[in-house]
Amino acid sequence: MVDAEAQMSAPGEWKTPPFDPRFPNQNQTRNCYQNFLDYHRCLKAMNRRGKNTQPCEYYYRVYHSLCPISWVRERSGGDWVERVVGSDPG
Amino acid sequence: MAYPSQLGLQDATSPIMEELMNFHDHTLMIVFLISSLVLYIITLMLTTKLTHTSTMDAQEVETIWTILPAVILILIALPSLRILYMMDEINNPIITVKTMGHQWYWSYEYTDYEDLCFDSYMIPTNDLKPGDLRLLEVDNRMVLPMELPIRMLISSEDVLHSWAVPSLGLKTDAIPGRLNQATISSNRPGLFYGQCSEICGSNHSFMPIVLEMVPMKCFETWSVSMI
Repeated sequence: MVDAEAQMSAPGEWKTPPFDPRFPNQNQTRNCYQNFLDYHRCLKAMNRRGKNTQPCEYYYRVYHSLCPISWVRERSGGDWVERVVGSDPG
Repeated sequence: MAYPSQLGLQDATSPIMEELMNFHDHTLMIVFLISSLVLYIITLMLTTKLTHTSTMDAQEVETIWTILPAVILILIALPSLRILYMMDEINNPIITVKTMGHQWYWSYEYTDYEDLCFDSYMIPTNDLKPGDLRLLEVDNRMVLPMELPIRMLISSEDVLHSWAVPSLGLKTDAIPGRLNQATISSNRPGLFYGQCSEICGSNHSFMPIVLEMVPMKCFETWSVSMI
């Protein structure tokens, strides 16, 4: 991951997830979950087509910024990812 | 922070809190006026020798004391709704910070770039240094850049807590399994204190929140040193 100081001083670089009009209210749980799903679906779709997964990085950065670490850790390690990636027809 | 014998709100540190203070003054003035009017009328009623036992109707005064309270309520509702919508305005945060409530401490996560996370425990009274505030100081403060909008995401790892910083006008419940969003925007640098605001067990009173608002350069230095 890039150095925090270099990131913050460069304009146009990643700062933080922007306002998402799909989730305008106080409850951002779905925002975190949706981007987590979108990242894994994007990875799966790109890998299936043999394409570069670089465009999926946006979803990664959003869910990494929004989702509490403990949620991601247990979800990535546990049955959530299998359920999301394995059974989802994508 | 709160001080002994405090009667009013803490000094405002964010624009929303300034609006809330003005609204509070406006509404409290209306409350005082109504209360003194009622108290005066009660005193008059209790200290008069005059009686009138044949009242049949009182159309005029009934009209007045129906219309006037409706007008007063509108005068309270309009600024209130204005501030409510102002709090929901879209702003573009420059950083996202998550805070997770635990029994009985807060943990903070800054994960926009690197994964910076740390716990923030209250300093026990025996370990305070001279000048420190009892039951309010913590070992690791939450450091943030001032004068910039910051997105706070608040949740809990166990039971209900509530993350509150009165001088910023913030109080947001920390609910397990739910991510609540709040926006911080501080007008000035400084230390801002708050306490857990939802009963969460035996040490509910002993899990304070301390925000240290600093210039951006100091924030960058601090975040690099913490990783």
